[in-house]
This record gives sequence, C-alpha cells and structure tokens, in this order.
Amino acid sequence: MLMPKPEADILAQRQGLIADLRQIVSGEGVIADEIALRVYESDGLSAYRQTPMAVVLPETVAQISDIMRLCDQRGVKIVPRGAGTSLSGGALPLEDGIILGLGKFNRILEIDYENRAVRVQPGVTNLGISQAVDAEGFYYAPDPSSQIACSIGGNVAENAGGVHCLKYGVTTNNLLGLEMVLLSGEVIRLGGKHLDSGGYDLMGLLTGSEGLLGVITEITVRILKKPETARALLIGFPSSEAAGACVGQVIGSGIIPGGMEMMDKAAIHASEEFCHAGYPLEAEALLIVELDGPGREVDHLIEKVGAIAEGCGSTSLRISETEAERDAFWAGRKAAFPAIGRISPDYMCMDGTIPRNRLPEVLARMGELSKKHGLAVANVFHAGDGNLHPLILFDANAGELETAEEFGADILRLCVEVGGVLTGEHGIGVEKRDLMAEVFTEQDLAQQQRIKCAFDPNGRLNPGKVFPVLHRCAELGQLVVHKGKIPFPEIPRF
Amino acid sequence: MTENLKPTDAAQVGEVLAWTAGSGKSVELIGGGSKAGLGRPMITDYRLDLSALEGVNLYEPEELVLRAGAATPLGEIQAMLAQQRQQMAFEPPDYAGLYQHDKDQTIGGVLATNLAGPRRIKAGAARDHFLGVAGISGRGEAFKSGGRVVKNVTGYDLCKLMAGSFGTLAALTEVTIKVLPAPEKIRTVLLFGQEDGTAILAMSQAAGSPHEVSGLAHLPSAIAARSSVSYVQTAGASVTAVRVEGPGPSVEHRAAALREQWGSFGAVEELHGHNSSTFWREVANVAHLLPQADAVIWKLSVTPSLGAETMAAALSEGGEGYYDWAGGLLWLSVPLLNDGHSDGGVALVRGALIGPDAGHATLMRGPDDLRERIDVFQPGAPALAALSARIKDSFDPRGLLNPGRMYVAV
Repeated sequence: MLMPKPEADILAQRQGLIADLRQIVSGEGVIADEIALRVYESDGLSAYRQTPMAVVLPETVAQISDIMRLCDQRGVKIVPRGAGTSLSGGALPLEDGIILGLGKFNRILEIDYENRAVRVQPGVTNLGISQAVDAEGFYYAPDPSSQIACSIGGNVAENAGGVHCLKYGVTTNNLLGLEMVLLSGEVIRLGGKHLDSGGYDLMGLLTGSEGLLGVITEITVRILKKPETARALLIGFPSSEAAGACVGQVIGSGIIPGGMEMMDKAAIHASEEFCHAGYPLEAEALLIVELDGPGREVDHLIEKVGAIAEGCGSTSLRISETEAERDAFWAGRKAAFPAIGRISPDYMCMDGTIPRNRLPEVLARMGELSKKHGLAVANVFHAGDGNLHPLILFDANAGELETAEEFGADILRLCVEVGGVLTGEHGIGVEKRDLMAEVFTEQDLAQQQRIKCAFDPNGRLNPGKVFPVLHRCAELGQLVVHKGKIPFPEIPRF
Repeated sequence: MTENLKPTDAAQVGEVLAWTAGSGKSVELIGGGSKAGLGRPMITDYRLDLSALEGVNLYEPEELVLRAGAATPLGEIQAMLAQQRQQMAFEPPDYAGLYQHDKDQTIGGVLATNLAGPRRIKAGAARDHFLGVAGISGRGEAFKSGGRVVKNVTGYDLCKLMAGSFGTLAALTEVTIKVLPAPEKIRTVLLFGQEDGTAILAMSQAAGSPHEVSGLAHLPSAIAARSSVSYVQTAGASVTAVRVEGPGPSVEHRAAALREQWGSFGAVEELHGHNSSTFWREVANVAHLLPQADAVIWKLSVTPSLGAETMAAALSEGGEGYYDWAGGLLWLSVPLLNDGHSDGGVALVRGALIGPDAGHATLMRGPDDLRERIDVFQPGAPALAALSARIKDSFDPRGLLNPGRMYVAV
C-alpha cells in the first residue's frame, strides 16, 4: 500500500514539533519515545504498520484547537485515533505525521432521559453508553461487534452499524449533535437535542467521513427504551438460495426484524466447534432472526416467520424460549470471527454490501474465486441489510497475504458489480482506497475531494486514506470557462 | 428577463449547467414548483424546469428500495408503494394548503428540502431514507454518491448534504430511497385538557416508553377545534395525541398501555383507522393554521422539553401554535402587519430559542418582500456559516444555482 511520500522538511522538524506539542499538552500527554510509539503503529488492520512522529493525547477541546493550528502552521499531518479498532486502517499513522489520540476524552457529559439524549466525549465506548443508561431501561441502538472496545467517536467517523441496523438504523440515523474542531482550530457545533439542521446537514456529511474533515470532540446520541421482549429463531436451510428466499419473503411480508443474520456452512462449523451453540451442522445456511417488541407482537411474528421458513424448505427450526437460549443462538454468531481465528493462522475480514437478492449468486461466485486463489472463505452476512462479511482464511507466514488481498479485492469488485458497495460499516481507510475507482469516476472523486478542501485546504488531516489519488485544492477548484455562443438550440423553451 | 429551459434528460441538464457555470449565468431549479414559496425569492437568468426527469426506474419491494428520476411526482411513487403495502416511512407532508396551490410535489423536491411528518421521531426525516443520488453540480459536472443499499460508507455521504440544500449545490437528476412496509394497523390515543407544559411531560413519558410510538402532538384547544376529526373538534379542550402502528395484536396492546399511562394525567380516548389517519395528516400538513391571510407561518425545531417555554416566548405578542415531534417541533402562526416594514416576528421567534445548541427557526410562509428582507433560515454561527459557504463553493464556485435561496450568499 503506497502512502503519500513523507516530506523530508517535516521529518526534520521532529524535535521542534515535540517541544511545541509539550507546550500545549504537558507531561505524559506527548509520546515521543520510540518504544512507546509502537503501541500506536497500527489499528485493527494490523497488516499495515507505521510509527508516527509523535502521539499527542489532549484532554481539552482548547488543546485540540491549539494542536490543529500548530500542525497546520508547521505543515504536519494529523491522524485522529479513537480506540484504534478500525478494520480498514483509518487510524494508520503517517511517517511524517502525528497521532491525535482521543483516549482521554472518555467522559459521559450528560444523560437526559426527558429528551432521550446522551451527550458524550468521543472516547467513550459504544457499549459504555448503553451501560450508562441500562438501569433506566434505555440503550443506544447501533451495536457493532466491537462495541465493547470501539469508541463512539470512531463509530461516527466510520458510520458504524451492527446487527440491528435494518430496524434501528446506523450511526448517522441515531445522532443528534456533534462538536468538531477544524484544522484552523475553529470549534463548530452542529445540532443539539433538536432534530434536523437549519442549514446544510454537516452532521450527516461528517458521519462516515473517516477522520478526513475534522476532529470530533463531542457527540449527542439518541437513546431508546429497550423493547419489552426479544426472541430469536434459529433456522437451518439446505441451500443459501432457500435462506435468501426466506429473508426476502420475511421482509416482503411486511416484517422488519430487529436482527437477521445468515452464516454459511464454513462459518456454522467453525462457530459450533468453538462455542457449541447447538447449530445444525448439516445445514448449508443458517438464519438467526430476532424479533423484538411487546410479547404479543413477538409471538405473533415468530409464528409468521416460522411459517415462511417452512415454506422456503427449512430443515431445522428452533425458537428461543428463554433469554439464555436467545443468547446461546447469538453466541455462535458473535464468536464467528474468533472461531475462524482458531482454525486459521490468519484471516481477513471483508465488508461489502450487496442487494440482498443477489446473495446466492455472490456466494456461488465467491466459491469459484476461492478455488481460483486457493484460499478458503467463510461468510457471515447481515442478511437484513445486505452487509456481507467474507472471512478469508490464510497464513501470512506461508506468504499468502498478497493472495488474500487479491482475493478480497475480487470479492469487493463482485459486490460492486451486482449493485453493491465496497464497504458497509468498516470504512474505506487504506484497505479499500485503491478500489474507489471501481465505484466512482474521477469526476465523482474530484467533487468529494473539493468538499475536503472546504474543511482542510492544505490536506493535512488524515491524507492517504479514502482517496486513491491526492490533488491540490487549487487544481480541483479550477473551472472551465465558456465564451459566447448561443447555447442549447435543441433544448425546449417554454 | 428570465429564460425558461426544459431539458429532456440528465445529459441536457449537464450541458446547460456546464454552459451557465462557464458563462456566469444564474439558474433557478424547478421540479414540480410546489415549494416555490419556501426560501428566499430569487431573480435568475434562467429557470431550469427539471420535470422531464421523471419515472420510477427501479422498485424492488422485497429489497425495500426504489429509484426514480428526481422530478417523479410523489403521488405516483406513493400509489406504486401502496399497491405493495409499502410507504415512505418519513411521512412526507403535503404543503399544497400552506402555499395555496394544487401542484403535486416531486420526490427530488421532498429530498432537497428534507421534509418529514410526525413519524420523524421514530423513522427519521427524508435524509434518513435517501440512499443514493446522481446530480449535476453548479460546476456543470455530473456526480453520484451512495447506492441502493442501507449500509454504505463508500466515500462521503453526499445524500445527507443534498438533503436540505434547497438546490443550492446541485440539480438532482436521479434519487434512490429506502421504502418500508406500511403498518397493518394504526391507533391514536388522545389525552384531553392539558396545559402545554404538562402535555410535553406526557409526550416525553410516551416517547420514553417501549411502545415504539410513531407520532406525538399537542393541539391547544382553539386549534383542536379546527380539526375535521369530530372527537378532536368537539373536545372543547386541548388535545394531546400519541400514535402507535404495527401488527394488529401489538397495536392493541400498546394503545392500551398508553391509555393507562396517560390516564393518570386526565381523560383519554382512542381514534381508530380512518380518524387516526386524518388527524395525523392534518398535523403533518399544518392544516390547523390555515387559511390565515394576515399571518406568517414559522417552523421551529427545538429541544422537546423546552417546547412549551419556547412557544410561550415566541407568542408573547400574539399568534398561536401547536406541537409535533413530542414537543420538539413548533408550528406558529404570527400576525403580520402588511406595512412593508413588519419583520414577521423574526426577532421574537428567534429570540425565543433557548440556550446554546438551541435549534432553528424557519419562516415557512410569508410574503416575498418579507422573505427577501429577513433570514428565512436560521443563521449559523460565523465559523459554521463560513464553512457552509466554502461547501457551497466546492459545488458551485460562482454561486449560480438557486442564488440566495437559503441565505444571501448561498
């Protein structure tokens, strides 16, 4: 992966930069020691590593403003980092840049049940929000698998999802307010506890912008009351086609389940060996369908979904009768990644989204790709929203990393070809950066980069991520000027 | 003199906007023209009628997705969805009454103005259902963003930026939206005779219940008396309402639970199917404040618990109003002196917004000269306004698309 060429004059500033940073953040808040810096050399995408010039861990918004201004003046690049759980390399350091770590922004600032809102600092974990309001029976809906560790600031940067997105939306649908600091040091507050924006929806733009536009320093999220009950069905199918048809018919019948997950045979077997959830080993595909709401509604819908599954040729069906049983159904799914980790020296987790009804075709073609590259693949699938997580099994010590990456790129090209996208919830980062041209034209990407210029005219905030080719803002801003000539004689006037 | 142009397809829209961008000619974008009264008035060199960009290009009910030309009439889409028992969950309001015309709005217009009805509190606004967009920027360049799937972080989310940009960044040519099943059943529980403050408390309790409520509104008694739903019209008191939707047994269960919850506040009643639909349609479409010749209409989005206090302050010199979105949306009718100098209550209304992150007030209906004189949209803090202007520049560097529609410079 080619990153922007380090600038020699920036690297030469290292000692002066560290001294300046220590003027802003004292004591242990600036890390410059070679060994200590290695902690920050990669995020959740550990195939890529780079030691930054320094790491700074501010504690106040004013310090962040000062750091941003300092780096802008010195021309130093900044990579913001939350909990460092990104699977796409969004927090991968740059050799001639600093890491701006938000780990000390870990406080819950306000819980407002009356307005169903929680105001937090960005370093609070996703699960930490739900835990803070649990006693009153509330929760924060988006629940990425990494929720125990990932920070809410990172969730905003990547527009994180989870298993309940179809019914409850992703991060962007659950935000009420944001505060961010621009590279100029300016602090901008968006939203609050009210709905929608009075001007442009910059909160929507910031969400999923992967740390390229501003550093988020405060977030207000919407919380929901927990449903009265939740029950799950565990359904085995003889083929992915049958399971896919069942998913389509459930939704077509007007039911939006709280969660609907699919696993293929390889994932079923790996999970079952790992945590003995009682998954049907003979099934080619397994569906977990969770319904939540009042008891009467859930019972009513469980019956409907069961009947649809039977009509689609299900080979096994279990319905959770207790919370413990429902948890057991989910345990296998939630442990799918570590379960694969147990049977393979390394694995790579992909993250494409496809139109749901193309799943059987995508799985079949993925099987062919698996043969072509000589690497096995297991699939877990957020079936409700079309988000596919193929897990490619490989052994880096046997020199298979490159093949795995090629296989992964082929899978994502396939997702795009059937009408899907490169990433549903992990972000482009560095991992999928060079595939952006599969989705976007040069003109599309130029417009996106012009937006970046509006926030960061010198390109200092997290460069080398998301965009495969970097252009200078002045070059992007040029406009072709037309002269004279009576325009469009063929267009109707009225 | 404004020249009217009606391109026949997206490519022609691109040709026109490339030429206007190069020659510095300003352009007003029109879909159905149903919201011409919303925003600041403009005088432009060209008026670009986009109505040829119509037709549903893709609708897959099981995939919950629909793609259409941006100028497709909303009614056409709604009829198509209804056949499959689906809907746009954000409940787009119809402001034909508000602007006193009978024009049908377009899907692009609904998205570009980011409208939403009472279901906003549960299902989100137009922005939350806007999955993909193709458009032509003020530079005359075609671009796209998003796709047809609900989970997507592939590049910046320009759909959000287009939603609520009122045609100041780009001409939308094709849009993709998420659609959802229509509910099997609807019930509305009414609570009578509450003061505004108590009503807000009751609505907050319902919103904080596990009953997945999809509408929470409060009508003071004079406004309730204008409803065409007899239970509401003849109540002789204020009416607070909560809506539940979903499968039959669930709706009955939840309505009963809410009746019990609200019973501790005062007398309660229940509206079923048809009456329920009528009630919420009137709330969404601002029907209760119409028609009023000598008044302007404001819409305020505020912290719900501050709704009553804000309303009282904004109406301290007269006027009336009601609450939607659990108290977070205020619709006000403020008297207008037609003397060419009246500020339409702008100082009082915006002054009523409380505290930091206070929310925003939009002048939804008022005479042209007033909309030219005052800020129709809430002015942002200086750094935010400057950033918004730079974003406008990134799409439309010469400021040619719908110039001044949102702000003087935007």
